[in-house]
Amino acid sequence: MTVRIGVVVFPGSNCDRDTLRGLELAGAEAVELWHEQGTLDGVAAVVLPGGFAYGDYLRAGVIARFSPVMRAVSAFAAEGGLVLGICNGFQVLAEAGLVPGALLRNRGLRFLGREVRIAAERLDTPFTALVGDGRPLRMPIAHGEGCYFADEATLDHLERDGQVLFRYVREDGSAAGDEADPGNPNGSLRAIAGVLNARGNVAGLMPHPERAAEGLLGSDDGLPILRSLVDAAARAAGGASSERMGAGGRAPVAVGPG
Amino acid sequence: MIVVDRDPVVAPQPLHRALGLTDDELDAIRSRLGRDANDLELAMFSVMWSEHCSYKSSKPLLKTLPTAGQGVVAGPGENAGVVSIGDGLAVAFKLESHNHPSAVEPYQGAATGVGGILRDIFTMGARPIAVLDALRFGDPHESRTRHLVDGVVRGVGGYGNCVGVPTVGGELVFDPSYGDNPLVNVMAIGVLEERLLTLASAPGPGNLVVLFGSATGRDGIGGASVLASATFSDEDGSKRTSDGGPAGASPPSSVSSKRPSVQVGDPFAEKLLIEASLELISRGLVEGLQDLGAAGITCATSETADRAGTGIRVDLDAIPRREPGMEPFEIMISESQERMLAVVLPERFADVAAVCERWGIRCALIGVVTDDGDITIVEGGLDGGRAIARIPARSLTSDAIVHDRVAAAPERRRLAPAPGAPEVASDQLPERGMDPGAVLLALLGSPNLASRRAVFEQYDATVGASTIAGPGHGAAVLRIHGTPKALVAATDGNAGVSAADPWLGAAMSVAEASRNVAITGARPLGVSNCLNYGDPTRPEAFWQLSEAVRGLGDACRALGLPVTGGNVSLYNESPRGRILPTPQIGVVGLLDDASAAIGPAFRTAGDVILLVGEATPGLEGSEYARIAGVAPEDGPPALDLDRERRLQAFVIEAVARGLLESAQDASGGGFAVALAECALWSGLGARVRLPVAGSPAVDLFGESPSRLIVTADARHVAAAELLARQHGLPVERIGAVARDRLVVELAGSGATGAAEERGSNVADSIDVALAELERAWEHGLPRALGWDQVG
Repeated sequence: MTVRIGVVVFPGSNCDRDTLRGLELAGAEAVELWHEQGTLDGVAAVVLPGGFAYGDYLRAGVIARFSPVMRAVSAFAAEGGLVLGICNGFQVLAEAGLVPGALLRNRGLRFLGREVRIAAERLDTPFTALVGDGRPLRMPIAHGEGCYFADEATLDHLERDGQVLFRYVREDGSAAGDEADPGNPNGSLRAIAGVLNARGNVAGLMPHPERAAEGLLGSDDGLPILRSLVDAAARAAGGASSERMGAGGRAPVAVGPG
Repeated sequence: MIVVDRDPVVAPQPLHRALGLTDDELDAIRSRLGRDANDLELAMFSVMWSEHCSYKSSKPLLKTLPTAGQGVVAGPGENAGVVSIGDGLAVAFKLESHNHPSAVEPYQGAATGVGGILRDIFTMGARPIAVLDALRFGDPHESRTRHLVDGVVRGVGGYGNCVGVPTVGGELVFDPSYGDNPLVNVMAIGVLEERLLTLASAPGPGNLVVLFGSATGRDGIGGASVLASATFSDEDGSKRTSDGGPAGASPPSSVSSKRPSVQVGDPFAEKLLIEASLELISRGLVEGLQDLGAAGITCATSETADRAGTGIRVDLDAIPRREPGMEPFEIMISESQERMLAVVLPERFADVAAVCERWGIRCALIGVVTDDGDITIVEGGLDGGRAIARIPARSLTSDAIVHDRVAAAPERRRLAPAPGAPEVASDQLPERGMDPGAVLLALLGSPNLASRRAVFEQYDATVGASTIAGPGHGAAVLRIHGTPKALVAATDGNAGVSAADPWLGAAMSVAEASRNVAITGARPLGVSNCLNYGDPTRPEAFWQLSEAVRGLGDACRALGLPVTGGNVSLYNESPRGRILPTPQIGVVGLLDDASAAIGPAFRTAGDVILLVGEATPGLEGSEYARIAGVAPEDGPPALDLDRERRLQAFVIEAVARGLLESAQDASGGGFAVALAECALWSGLGARVRLPVAGSPAVDLFGESPSRLIVTADARHVAAAELLARQHGLPVERIGAVARDRLVVELAGSGATGAAEERGSNVADSIDVALAELERAWEHGLPRALGWDQVG
């Protein structure tokens, strides 16, 4: 049976249809979740797509976090449900405190749309299990506020606990530096492109795997990330239903922090 | 009542002149109404009879353009051209200018330019899938130019990135003539289900007229800056009828005015408008739909009524406003952005309102369709209200005044070279000791030919997951979801040649845009255009416009392309000077198999390089002439439209048969620059031997049209050559794709002769490392704009 994954549609979301399509390519039944709804229609995982939710006025993601659907998403995450935020979705997760850190304006202070390379730090998460090795993955970024920031202590703690999910890397796959490194497009601290929450069931990344899901468009390196989510969601759904017969009703998650 | 602020130092003048209407136009209004117009009616006429809305100078010329063509569903006169692409789908596309607003407030001018053209697309039921922007600025080293470039680029990105429509191509050209008057021409492309095609028409007396989207405010009241400033009449009248709408953007007047005349865009509101409009259309809830642009509610109501042969009765009080105390004329001509007008069956109004509410959009019932053919503005309720204006809809639109302008060629007009007629190249450079390698590096690093990366990376080119080929590599290629097909789009505008010969410049622009689409393997479907010219009351400027329209028509007929839409931007002049006459051409084509598309970049070392077509003398208008100078008697190269047609037929067939690995148009910067681009875009070099008959400068850097650099795998070369000959085209094996150097040896009489002249110390060949080309090409633009100093 194909697993149902929800894609939240905020007013101003503009990658919602791309993300629905990407998840279908990855083998899921993808459904829209309207920003005003207070429940998640029993989906096995939720994706917050890119765009400019509520216009991103004031600050990216800061208004979206207060929407009814985000209350449901937070509860779902607290239950161990799988949540992935892409680009603006990552910004929303950070504003909602569901993942650590903040996303500041790009180092160059300009919107940046280009192909980048990222490498997965962890290959044992619901978002990267099928990525294979740590080879560089080619996919686009398109954002004005993608510079990942957290204080030094938090960054150390994220690295120690294995919460750094993706880093920007150079063409040859070597790690990109913090500042003025062509491999690090937006000046993200420690070249962090994506992170996990402490429990390992909520992740956010700035690059767009859904735009790199077909060879025709130049790269399908993003597909394994979406496949990993679909695969983990299917197992979580199966687990959840079986568990509900017992006690708990909590979807077990493949991993927690190392 | 309209109050005109009186400036003590300037003598009072009649209202119609303050509004930009001439005395004979006032008489024409009187004859159409059979009475004197009141002030509100005069204001409505003044915006509808502006050059931008009425095409009063260009209409007689535009009538001559070929508009019929295979699959054309909607042509000029509609919001956008629509052409069928099979599978029950159609493509909607349109090119439009927003020049003057961008000159005043570059960010908002460019942003609302994008917003306006997007509305033209989704108003017809099409989901916008791409934007291309063709930009012209002055000297990149000037601070004003840098300010305008920065604002316009941020504006295009700020709007397009947010609404989620990828910016996939366009142009960026610098010439001092655009210093005060930049050009911002934007093309938008959308895809629709043909059965959902929606027209801007108000059929069915008794139907309701619904305004949804943003509230109406004082922003973008072009007329207001006229009304509010009596000093306006002192100024260059050009500003008054710019494409920003009347008084779109006259800096002094908008400064003296108490009200802004540049519209302010809200891409978030537009995004909601797109989704709501497409939902209304797909659910069949609207009988007609029109976006509000120039001349606001006046234009939307009169155009929709006129198209349907009906009238509309508008209740002024029902129109949502941003601020109290707005004058009736302000409400009627406001150009507030992100507004739509829908014509709805009474029983469907509730559903329409529900859709708007779901998307959080304001929606108001502001009027009703009538059978009297009049636009009637009432205060105090639709029935029983007091009429404060009544104008026959057609007198505002299809029966607007048309001027018969005088055209006169300038004194030293060069005749267009007869197609194929030989000319004597008068380039002096070989004698001056040209080192072709140095010239190539200089061209690659020049602002008009260097990499555009620094600009297009500020745009989202991949949202929508359709972009097969984005900006920076020739034409844009966009997959059509749900089909194996792709749309291909390119814009081109040859102002340099137009300055010498406006007929030739326009014809060459059509040929180049169509060629850039064809070399991907796509079949060009149609042409949209934006004609950027000067003051039509100046005989030479009107001659340039009429010659350009003639060239546009001749080229489209020769290439079998329908003109499906476009706009005209006149009065592109300022006290400091006039722009080069600039015909901007947008072409959209169809690829039946998206995966068969080829690009201009080399594919594999060892592939054979073929040169199809040949150079014709003439360097005028070329980038080479810009940096090297050119003898005054030298003209632009010739264009043979029949050869162009055969060249495009050849490359389309060759790609369909899988004979080619890459195809590149050898025009901008000439053969040498085109070859270098194939290398730069692929990371591969080339080793070629170029036969030179006359001047090496002409063969290397001349911008003769109808020439392609194509590569083929060794086993396909013979077939490709045969196909070219079958199309009656000269074709030559000139070399092969190599590793990391670009080597061009000049062969033939011209080369040796020139080499002797230059003396032995000057190379008569190009031999440059790819890395060196890369350096010049990558840094050229940021350096010119001073962007290399800042992050």
